[in-house]
Amino acid sequence: MNGGADLGGMMGFGPVVQEENEPLFHAPWEARVLGMVVALGACGKWNLDMSRYARETMPTAEYLSADYYSIWLDAAVRLLKERGMISDGELETAKALIPPVEVARKLAAKDVAAVLNAGGPANRPEEGTPVFAVGDMVQTINDHPVTHTRMARYARGKSGKIVKVHGFHVFPDSSAHGEGENPQWLYKVTFSAQELWGRQGNPHDTVSLDLWEPYLRATQ
Amino acid sequence: MAPHSHDHSHLTETEARVRALESLLSEKGYIDSAAVDEIVQTYETKIGPQNGAHVVAKSWVDADFRKWLEEDSTAAIHSLGYTSRQGEHIDAVFNSDDTHHLVVCTLCSCYPWSVLGLPPTWYKSPPFRSRAVIDPRGVLNDFGITLPETTKVEVHDSTSEVRYLVIPQRPAGTEGWSEKQLAKLVTRNSMIGTGFARTAEALS
Repeated sequence: MNGGADLGGMMGFGPVVQEENEPLFHAPWEARVLGMVVALGACGKWNLDMSRYARETMPTAEYLSADYYSIWLDAAVRLLKERGMISDGELETAKALIPPVEVARKLAAKDVAAVLNAGGPANRPEEGTPVFAVGDMVQTINDHPVTHTRMARYARGKSGKIVKVHGFHVFPDSSAHGEGENPQWLYKVTFSAQELWGRQGNPHDTVSLDLWEPYLRATQ
Repeated sequence: MAPHSHDHSHLTETEARVRALESLLSEKGYIDSAAVDEIVQTYETKIGPQNGAHVVAKSWVDADFRKWLEEDSTAAIHSLGYTSRQGEHIDAVFNSDDTHHLVVCTLCSCYPWSVLGLPPTWYKSPPFRSRAVIDPRGVLNDFGITLPETTKVEVHDSTSEVRYLVIPQRPAGTEGWSEKQLAKLVTRNSMIGTGFARTAEALS
C-alpha cells in the first residue's frame, strides 16, 4: 500500500540526527513492547508479514510522526483485537473480561534463547527454476495495491539488472493476507541512481532491492 | 521521532497503556512476563554490534573466512554462532577503495539483529529511510562523511528477509594486529555504511 511506511525518496524530513550515546531503550515501556511483540509471535496468530502490514496501515499522518515502538504497540494491539484475543474494555480495565482464545503456544522464559537462536528462515524448498538469471535486465511492475507489498513505490516501473538469485522465499504479498506462503524466486535487482531519480541521481551510484519474481517482467 | 519530542503526559499515558497490556496478556495466558524479561536482557547483554565486529575482524585476518563470507555470508556468519532472528539470511557487502555500501530499509526497519542488535532510532526514522536511497551522499554528509565523486555508492534497500552487513575496509597501520584488537575498531555505523572503522590511532 502507498502508506506512510513507504518512505523511499520522500523529502522534507530534515537531516538524519544521531543521538549521542543513544540508550537501547528510551523508556522502560519500549523494552516491554519489544519483548511482548517477540513473545506474542509464539502464539502463532499472525506472521511477520501480517505484523508489517498492521504497522503500515497505521493512518499515514500518524505513522509519520510516531516513534517506532509506538508503531509496534499500535499494530500489536490492533492484531490482538482483530483476532479476538483482547477487547477494548479489557485494555481499559487491564482485566480479563472475555475468555482467552486458543493459541499455538506461550513462550516460556527457559525457551527464549532457543527460539531466538532458531530464528525463522523465509526460504522454502525450491520448486521449478528461476525465470531470470544473473545479468538479465528486468522491468518492475507498476502496481499500486492497497494490500501489502514489498515492491517499494520509488522502484516501480523501472529497469534494473538481476545481480543475484537469493532463493525461493515466502511471498509477503500473499503471506500478509492469510493467503498462504506462496513462495517465489527472490532476486537482488540493481538500478542505476539515474534510472530511479533522473537528473538528481548520481551517475556513479546504484540502489539495489530484493524483489520477488511476480514483481518482475523480462525487458523486451 | 526521538522520544524527547513527546511531553511527559504522553509518556506516562503510553507507559500506563503498556503496563495494562502486559498485565492483560499475562492474565489471559498469551505471554509470560519472565520471557519478556529474558528477551529484553538478551538484546541488552548478548546480541549487539560486538557480534558483527567479530565477523568483520575475522574477515580481515582470515582469508579463507573472507572468501566464505563472499560466497555464502549466511553460512559463514552462522558458523560463528550468530544464527538468531533477523539474521536468518545475510549478505555481506564489502567496501573497497572504489565502492562504498550503505544499508537501509525504506519500508520498515529491517536490520541484521543477529550481528548488530537492535537498530538505533535514526535507522528507523523517516529522515534516514526517505533519503538514503535518493540522496545517499547527503545522508553520509550528515554522518560527517564526504566521499570522492568517483567513489561509487551502492545502496541496499532491505526489502526481503535478506539482511545486509557492510564489511568496512581494514584501517591502515593495523598490520599484525590480533582479531580481538581489530574488533575494537569496528563500529556499528561502519557495518551499516554510515561510518568507517576507527583508525589505528583512535585505539592507542
